[in-house]
Amino acid sequence: MLLRHTPKEITERSALMINPAKTCQPIGAMYAALGIHGCLPHSHGSQGCCAYHRSTLTRHYKEPVSAATSSFTEGSSVFGGQANMLQAIENIFAVYNPVIIAAHTTCLSETIGDDLKQIRKKAITEGKIPEGKYMISASTPSYVGSHVTGFSTMVKSMAGLAETTGKKNGKVNIIPGWVEPSDMEEIKRLTTMIGVKTIMFPDTSGVLNGPLSGEYKMFPDGGTTVAELISAGDSIGTLALGEWCSAAAAHELDTKNKVPCQVLDMPFGLKATDRFIDALRIIAGVSVPDELSLERGQLVDMISDMHQYLYHKKVALVGDPDQLIAMTEFLVSMDMCPIHIVTGTPGKEFERRILEITKDMPFAVNVRAKGDMFLLHQWIKNEPVDLIIGNTYCKYIARDEDIPLVRWGFPILDRQGHQYFPTVGYKGALRLLEKILGVIQDRKDRDDPESKFELVL
Amino acid sequence: MATTTKKKIVQWDPAHVKAELLAKYPSKVARKRSKQIMINEAQGNETPEITANVRTTPGIITMRGCTYAGCKGVIMGPTRDIVNLVHGPIGCSFYAWLTRRNQTDAGLDGENYMNYCFSTDMQDSDIIFGGEKKLAAAIQEAYDLFHPRSIAVFATCPVGLIGDDIHTVTKRMKEKFGDCNVYAFSCEGYKGVSQSAGHHIANNQVFKHIVGENDAEKPGKYKINLLGEYNIGGDGFEIDRIFKKCGITNIATFSGNSTYDQFASAHKADLNAVMCHRSINYVADMLETKFGIPWIKVNFIGADATAKSLRKIAQYFGDQEFIDRVEEVITEEMPKVLAARTDVRTRTEGKTAMMFVGGSRAHHYKELFNEMGMRVISAGYEFGHRDDYEGRQVIPDLKVDADSRNIEELEVEADANRFNPRKSAEEIKALENAGYKFKHYDGLAPDMENGTLIIDDLNQYEAEKLVELMKPDIFCAGIKEKYSIQKLGVPMKQLHSYDSGGPYAGFEGAINFYQEIDRLVNSKVWSYMKAPWQDNPQLSATYGWE
Repeated sequence: MLLRHTPKEITERSALMINPAKTCQPIGAMYAALGIHGCLPHSHGSQGCCAYHRSTLTRHYKEPVSAATSSFTEGSSVFGGQANMLQAIENIFAVYNPVIIAAHTTCLSETIGDDLKQIRKKAITEGKIPEGKYMISASTPSYVGSHVTGFSTMVKSMAGLAETTGKKNGKVNIIPGWVEPSDMEEIKRLTTMIGVKTIMFPDTSGVLNGPLSGEYKMFPDGGTTVAELISAGDSIGTLALGEWCSAAAAHELDTKNKVPCQVLDMPFGLKATDRFIDALRIIAGVSVPDELSLERGQLVDMISDMHQYLYHKKVALVGDPDQLIAMTEFLVSMDMCPIHIVTGTPGKEFERRILEITKDMPFAVNVRAKGDMFLLHQWIKNEPVDLIIGNTYCKYIARDEDIPLVRWGFPILDRQGHQYFPTVGYKGALRLLEKILGVIQDRKDRDDPESKFELVL
Repeated sequence: MATTTKKKIVQWDPAHVKAELLAKYPSKVARKRSKQIMINEAQGNETPEITANVRTTPGIITMRGCTYAGCKGVIMGPTRDIVNLVHGPIGCSFYAWLTRRNQTDAGLDGENYMNYCFSTDMQDSDIIFGGEKKLAAAIQEAYDLFHPRSIAVFATCPVGLIGDDIHTVTKRMKEKFGDCNVYAFSCEGYKGVSQSAGHHIANNQVFKHIVGENDAEKPGKYKINLLGEYNIGGDGFEIDRIFKKCGITNIATFSGNSTYDQFASAHKADLNAVMCHRSINYVADMLETKFGIPWIKVNFIGADATAKSLRKIAQYFGDQEFIDRVEEVITEEMPKVLAARTDVRTRTEGKTAMMFVGGSRAHHYKELFNEMGMRVISAGYEFGHRDDYEGRQVIPDLKVDADSRNIEELEVEADANRFNPRKSAEEIKALENAGYKFKHYDGLAPDMENGTLIIDDLNQYEAEKLVELMKPDIFCAGIKEKYSIQKLGVPMKQLHSYDSGGPYAGFEGAINFYQEIDRLVNSKVWSYMKAPWQDNPQLSATYGWE
């Protein structure tokens, strides 16, 4: 047994977190920053933070992840990291020459009270930021919220670049939230199909799913350009996907640039995608093309064809709030039963939303924000499930308890495809469904006695 | 594989390469980096001086990690029956959770916490009001849930800044429990200049709190400790297989698949065999001073090096029966290795490699590349010190700067009751006269060809430049470096955690490595960089049908 010391009996813990269902803010800020074209993320802290975030993102994407660090020493921790940051800015523009630096703090620099906004001002005064180059910053203390909070805060800082000229650009801002590069690509395909002009930020497609061609581009072709970010203040509206990931940036554009916003769930599954497409259509005043209705119909068709393998199957879920809310709704919409749901990210609202979505389910639901995977495992031991959906760390539970696993979320360290094949939209939902059915039916084929083994499923 | 070795002539002049690496830097950075980039001119015992173990320049994309990574991630991470509890915000514990590929076996006692991640998940209120209460509560909860033999606590950056006294908390909990050793590591990420400081801190605390705790006699005739072996990809398992075959009893591995009791009994061994010099030489020194156990440098990376190291161990004990047994094992193991070597050499001979990894690995793996007929044209360490490059004779001359000074140096004395010199002064002398070397390490530089480049703390920009200028057939570093190098069409092998696969230690490991490098450098994939229409972009004058 891999997790041999996990007891079935649940005791309340007040101080010890075991097998977390979250990580810290800065990695989210780094991931978001990679979605700006020509951006070098910068970690203002000791160099281990930067090394860990780069390593984790690299393992997930199997792509280069460049980011710089202020390389704090004990001295800078005592006297403040301003000198390190100023030196870093100078070196970064001299050696790597990005269009923009997106710096975030760490628990170290936050604890000693470094203020990146003030350091940026000083850098500008001292002429360390060359003409036509930019720097943004986000305050991302690791001891508040989670990686989702850090992502959201950096996206909000991107919105800070938006300017209002008074002349609308006719575009809709889309803030996709922490989804895969493939998902961002899919969202662009959908908006193009509907005929809506958009500014999407961040956009890691073309950054973290690049080709192998014998050429290394430190700043790949993808990403939202700074010009687009500036222009976001002139958009006709903003669609923010996911309350936790994207709402802060949308509200920033609303108050600062008077760009009205709507916060939607992330478009995973049938109903959330329906709402997204409908909102797009209404904002842009266009009609939804038949091709898209066809994609929707194909998804509904697959659900009806395979419903017998889905009906009342119990599922355990772990991941981030926005994703889990949409996934729970998708599963419930197919008459599946997500009964154990854990996120490490804090937020009572998460528990409320989940309870609301699952209120008509025939089984009681365990839901916990600020929970951990140790608790999830204990819940599973007490009430087994037919399927687990979550990140790679779930495979230790899946193997011990012999439960099929669909990898979805962050990080995925042991399987491929998430960079290339979306799970948002109708096509994405089809892929999710294919994966779910795949593991359920594989399990049936493995477990059925020979006398019951069937050719056609 | 049918691929044959393509002879590729790449001309480079080391002085030109060095100048190119420095060209783009602001002058201050260039001056500093210049001292860390050495054109190797080692002659006999004269090794040119390199600057190492100094601060990384802010803004320069370094390969290095932090002190916490060196302490918790590297040294303590692979111990299986200790609950490793990280005191801090969640990230530090999360990132070090199973990511180094340390293999583990729960053994007969069934204790194994390596698949778990423990953290106090500090919140802003803990930062403001202090985290000691939460730490004590977390230790209590871990004890109540698991009743482990031992709980180790690791400090992350904010812990030192807010002044949580983790040592007092752990001491109190240890006294309270009575049957569980609890201790702490002040390994805040900002200490030192790299992971290396964390190794030292880990060594100190393990020595202070665990080594010598169990005085029970251990059975075995040839008892050694294996220091600086982390069982990545199962390396330690392979070495233990060979030890068992030779009749060597491994009392304690520091620290691959290790247990609390192994550390506690380490003073019962009669010889310390040091693999990774950088990360563990401190414990070796302390074990010698306090208990009288001599240490030697060994290397089980490379089949020839493995044989050499086994002979060295046998020679130390000096027992003919043992010496013969070791020879028998080598004779038994080598034919398979040589067959594999002969096979791959037809495809690897003359190819070139670069290695920038660790504080010993770049040196160790050179053995394997040599065995494959490959040349290492540039190498360096991520967190090595001058002695790892130039040899231990430079240690007395090492400058102690501000960053090293704040890492505790333990004052160790001979143990009043348990100090027992395993060899008399005469015996040591006799061995030395026969060419045997104790406490000896020559470092990487003397093993590198003249005119190659030895580079300390290589960074992303320099890595890319090096590959562009020197065009190696393979590049070895860590996960962060992997894909930027591969985008250039050059295979990259991780030598921290190996990507996948292993073991690469010992005899079986050598075969695995030969095959892995053969696979990488001769993979067809590197020939697919350009699509047919990119190779011939001009439209031909005739239509395809004609």
